[in-house]
Amino acid sequence: MKIEPKISEDILLDEVTSKEYEYGFTTNIESEKIEKGLNEDVIKFISKKKNEPDWMLDFRLEAFKVWQEMEEPDWANVNYPKPDYQDIVYYCAPKQKKKLNSLDDLDPEMKKTFDRLGISIDEQKRLANVAVDVVMDSVSVATSFKEKLAELGIIFCPISEAIQKYPELVKKYIGTVIPTRDNFFSALNSAVFSDGSFCYIPRGTECPMELSTYFRINEAGTGQFERTLVIAEEGSYVSYLEGCTAPMRDENQLHAAVVELVALDSAEIKYSTVQNWYPGDKNGKGGVFNFVTKRGICHDNAKISWTQVETGSAVTWKYPSCVLKGKNSIGEFFSVAVTNNFQQADTGTKMVHLGENSKSTIIAKGICAGKSNGSYRGLVKIAKGAKNSRNFSQCDSLLMGDKCGSHTFPYIEVDNKSSQVEHEATTSKIGEDQIFYCNQRGIGTEEAVALIVNGYCKEVLNKLPMEFAVEAKKLLEISLEGSVG
Amino acid sequence: MLEIKNLKAQIEDKTILNGVNLKVNKGEVHAIMGPNGSGKSTLSSVIAGNEDYDVSSGSITYEGDDLLEMAPEERSHRGVFLSFQYPVEIPGLSVSNFIKTAINEKRKAFGQENISAKELLQLFKEKCELLNIDKEYLSRSLNEGFSGGEKKRNEIFQMAMMEPKLSILDETDSGLDIDALKIVANGVNSLKSSSNSIILITHYQRLLNYIVPDFVHILKDGKIVMSGDKSLAQKLEKEGYSFLN
Repeated sequence: MKIEPKISEDILLDEVTSKEYEYGFTTNIESEKIEKGLNEDVIKFISKKKNEPDWMLDFRLEAFKVWQEMEEPDWANVNYPKPDYQDIVYYCAPKQKKKLNSLDDLDPEMKKTFDRLGISIDEQKRLANVAVDVVMDSVSVATSFKEKLAELGIIFCPISEAIQKYPELVKKYIGTVIPTRDNFFSALNSAVFSDGSFCYIPRGTECPMELSTYFRINEAGTGQFERTLVIAEEGSYVSYLEGCTAPMRDENQLHAAVVELVALDSAEIKYSTVQNWYPGDKNGKGGVFNFVTKRGICHDNAKISWTQVETGSAVTWKYPSCVLKGKNSIGEFFSVAVTNNFQQADTGTKMVHLGENSKSTIIAKGICAGKSNGSYRGLVKIAKGAKNSRNFSQCDSLLMGDKCGSHTFPYIEVDNKSSQVEHEATTSKIGEDQIFYCNQRGIGTEEAVALIVNGYCKEVLNKLPMEFAVEAKKLLEISLEGSVG
Repeated sequence: MLEIKNLKAQIEDKTILNGVNLKVNKGEVHAIMGPNGSGKSTLSSVIAGNEDYDVSSGSITYEGDDLLEMAPEERSHRGVFLSFQYPVEIPGLSVSNFIKTAINEKRKAFGQENISAKELLQLFKEKCELLNIDKEYLSRSLNEGFSGGEKKRNEIFQMAMMEPKLSILDETDSGLDIDALKIVANGVNSLKSSSNSIILITHYQRLLNYIVPDFVHILKDGKIVMSGDKSLAQKLEKEGYSFLN
């Protein structure tokens, strides 16, 4: 049947108006909210919203193109319903959290957890978003620290700010450690990252404070696709701390962060994480999916040390890694990963030795309780040119009860004869005899479990900055509460 | 202080204690001897509250209260101490942290403040000297890599730190060489007073040369079949358990 011109005009009109409707989209932008789903327009919108230069937009669009060609990986030892990526809102203006008038207004459960973690009152107020008086205002504290850092030439700011103020630095390094096409989640993050932290330590400078202890959650609202870039120039040192022991609830189920570290010649970066995202309830409902890509590159004589305490998330997929490119470079990975109830974690590290005399150490401690599943997955690769390199790996698992599972997947590739690789693995259970021994000394079962677990994790906890170590210990106790006896 | 009446206990379906009667008064030292498998360690486990054992009948009264009703940690708070035959290892937990926690848990149970660092250090110093222990040992992981003798000495060190009212020493002498045995025995003797009591569980009379018991009981097939003074132990040493038949 032939279409009457009149009708085709209608179609045309229709098309035009719907196009207009698409443009009308911009109006929606003004209302700080966009529709679900991901396409080039959404990415352009995010970039525009952040007033980004063209190169940044191109970076995102390129990443999106790559991502579309990729498939979500399924090799990890975890089971979860694959998210529908078109059912996610990729941009939300930072939400104004509800201000509380005092800590008395706080959810009593939350308050109890804060107290048990030993978080100071000021810190509690900050975390709970309680309006604080001017003198104690965290913002002013933060500002004074920022001034001190600025004197030393240290840059520490949101990455969105860095893109504006220090574009040449960001442009030079972003995506160099973790190329966009590295994996499905890093590609997604590169396309849509919301915000994150940027840190630059100038040559020969030792950063005088743990970055982020005082800023703990000042980057809150960075959203589900966080992007972090840390650059340590020649001979510099920085200790960076992310995360929070306080339980973090989030409506966003999917989190896919990217963290890149660059340690130039003789620089050292210590990166510590305490992760306590909402793990879902006791029946395994809800909870955050945490799919993170973290990697650092070490130039000559440089050192990168990853320390992590992971207790949260329903599903964790995370392998903080080191590319030991330079001669005599050093990579370290210290990890405690706790899973309880129905949590699943597939986590570990990759140590890629390219430079001569490079060294790496891996200490991974898994603790599984309830019906959870924990896996260690680690790659040690020593390239042909990485002569006289060494690796030592120790992977321990501690099981609580008989319904959980622990797995170790070490991958070792050594391409020269002068290098040395050691791997040790143990699996143990908390023995009833250990608990009874403690009971007999007047120590109740919960406390006994805490002592045993803390003892087991000691090597890793000792690597954390002091005040965080104390909180992390308590966090372990709380995470494992009720899992024995 | 402690009164055990017609105590019967089993593990899984196997009856091990078959009607034990024992009365221990304040200030007394009792030795319990007996052949392998007679139920000596079971008796100490039941008094301490190990849930692997089921008490099928009988009673244990401690300071006038029903001991069997109390959780193991409560028994400990009330002053019951067991020196384990096989002390367990807890990697990464230092001896000092373990003992500090034990002392503070007891204090907490009685509504007291935690022990001050000064007080604790003073106690550590005193008791280390008593048992000839190098202070470095306090920062070692609990029992991890300890020799048999070190483990036993560690048990008595804990006993000294916790000042219990009723101490049960389960084969504390095994694994100790003669010098260590003398040190441990001296330690135990100096902790003895008119207000606390000790039950020594041992195979050999050797220990009883150093810690002299007021009473000696022979446990056989889950029952105390003979009681006497220290001369009974000497007779056993000479004649073996065969004289019981």
